[in-house]
Amino acid sequence: MGRFIARRLVGMLVVLFAVSVLVFLIFNVVPNSPPAQRLAGKNATPVLVKSIEEEWGFDDSLPQQYLSMMEKVFTGELTSYEPRIPVDETIVEGIPATLSLSIGAGVIWLFFGLLLGYVSAIRAGGWLDKLLTGVSIAGISIPVFLLAPVLIYFLTYKIELFPNGGYVPITEDPWGWFTHLILPWFTVAVLSIGFYSRVLRSNMLDAMNEDYVRTARAKGLSERKVMTRHVLRNSLIPIVTLFGLDFGATVAGTAIITEKLYSLQGVGLYAAEAAEKFELPPIMGVTLYGAFFVVFVNALVDIAYAYLDPRVRLGTSAQ
Amino acid sequence: MPAAAQPEAPTAVGGAVPDRGPWSQAARRFLRNRTAVAFLGLFVLIVLFVLAAPLWADNVAHTGPNETHTLEKLTIDGEKRDVVNPEGQPIGPVGFGAGGKFFLGADSRLGRDEMVRLMYGGRTSLLVGFGSALITVSLAIVLALLAGYYRGWVDTVIARTLDVLWSLPVLLIGLALGVVLAVGGLKIGPLELSGGSLWIPILIISFVTVPYVARPLRGEVLALSEKEFVEAAVAQGAGPLRLMFGEILPNLGSTIIVFFTLTIANNMLFEAGLSFLGAGVQPPNSSWGTMISIGEGLLTTQPLLAIIPGVMIMLTVLALNIVGDGLRDALDPRSKVRLEAHAGVVEPRGASV
Repeated sequence: MGRFIARRLVGMLVVLFAVSVLVFLIFNVVPNSPPAQRLAGKNATPVLVKSIEEEWGFDDSLPQQYLSMMEKVFTGELTSYEPRIPVDETIVEGIPATLSLSIGAGVIWLFFGLLLGYVSAIRAGGWLDKLLTGVSIAGISIPVFLLAPVLIYFLTYKIELFPNGGYVPITEDPWGWFTHLILPWFTVAVLSIGFYSRVLRSNMLDAMNEDYVRTARAKGLSERKVMTRHVLRNSLIPIVTLFGLDFGATVAGTAIITEKLYSLQGVGLYAAEAAEKFELPPIMGVTLYGAFFVVFVNALVDIAYAYLDPRVRLGTSAQ
Repeated sequence: MPAAAQPEAPTAVGGAVPDRGPWSQAARRFLRNRTAVAFLGLFVLIVLFVLAAPLWADNVAHTGPNETHTLEKLTIDGEKRDVVNPEGQPIGPVGFGAGGKFFLGADSRLGRDEMVRLMYGGRTSLLVGFGSALITVSLAIVLALLAGYYRGWVDTVIARTLDVLWSLPVLLIGLALGVVLAVGGLKIGPLELSGGSLWIPILIISFVTVPYVARPLRGEVLALSEKEFVEAAVAQGAGPLRLMFGEILPNLGSTIIVFFTLTIANNMLFEAGLSFLGAGVQPPNSSWGTMISIGEGLLTTQPLLAIIPGVMIMLTVLALNIVGDGLRDALDPRSKVRLEAHAGVVEPRGASV
């Protein structure tokens, strides 16, 4: 296990380096315009552009430019230029909202996804299974940017059941935090609830045909015990991997759109607002930190997976 | 004499079992799937709807998708109404009240015809989805063939790169590329694109979605290149190009068709997400994603401005996904189980990188 973790962490460092190079290329090499002008923003004065050019050293060689960009990002020197606000600080301010949204949504989608999937699987073929299948497919098919406007319009404006947008810190007002986040949580979770219930259902149906299930039945275990202890348990292992990856992808993906839709002052909204103003430094910071976060979560997931399934760490898995 | 008659024997037997090739068998299986056929019909209707955009714009609405009518008035049932009222609120849907003008109302304080924009926006969304899917799948095929055929270090480099790209947050990378290129434009060799070009979102989406198609395809190439027919071709002296494109590629046909359909759907969703964030299709051009973005600001007074384009995206994506699943069932009946991977090209993802 120790060797697996060490190997995985070295792999992670290599990927982190590759990611930082990719982000550097995206911002400094791929586009076709003077880099200082781009960073400064649309209405920048020539003086500002000149000072950015010197500050970033755009005349240096590419490896030198790469190093100075990384230095800027990781020492907290990265700032937006109009107005001059440190990117790091704004990202840190946004983290509570983003994590509240993602973790809450994750809990909800895991709970309902597994519940629906389990019920669907033990009633496979029945009317309840068909109904739940329909519900899951509908959930998978609704894009967040349709679901959110519909929920906001009907539940917030029409019947005023939920407060209108914004984030309330949990330390200030736990109830306000909760009510402001219910709609965003479900908006993010609906797609995954549908998807997870489908995955669990098919995993469980596969597991039901395994020999160990027949053995469990043959030795006289109750049907409920067979389902929970043997079928469900073995079907949950792949869900762990899936959840870790999707959680990372949600924090750095769906959450951006959802935060914008509900005006939650998180990291995603910061990136979305910067995108609207074509402000590059915030996007540079958010992209790099977001990608790092995802790579880190992926490594943790692999380690958890290896812990749960010894075949992986011994390198004998079919994958 | 009997020797000459023998080759005809199989066709004689074929008279009892109708002689059909695998493609026509697949077509029959697909046609038997009523849900898939119905949603194929829906998709055709949507395509006809967006193709009719210039007809509607010229003959019914008498305006273009980007023409503003801020200060104009409409006569509805003899009553004069502002297209955009003094508070900056656009007019709501008027149906045929003004002879088809502003059928779905105006889009924003700019007073553009929402119906015309919806039709032209659909063209953009479908074009971006279709174009990027074409590039995604073509790139994925080449990468998968190279990796799966040559193996060794070629495979290691391609597979690892795909793993890294695949594990990254695609929306965030897409957002970064979208904003940077919208500001700076793109220059690759002789190809020069300005910031507002439609090619930019197409290329970005193609680039970031390649791993989703290339990874499973590579697996299939690896499996196929072990087969006897490849060995037979090698024995005949076939070179790498003939083996890859002449022997292995035709056997990927059905997989590619299915992936292509699902990738269009997935990429359309991606385009909508990017455009919603302002990093996809650039104004004044409309796409369903940019329309939701504009409509979202007027949600309290004109909710349909955000909801209608959202419904259009959902219907299109749903139709493509169901048609894609239907194609998969028809082309490869053994793969029933894979129906579960329904969310676009999202496949259950194993431990990787």
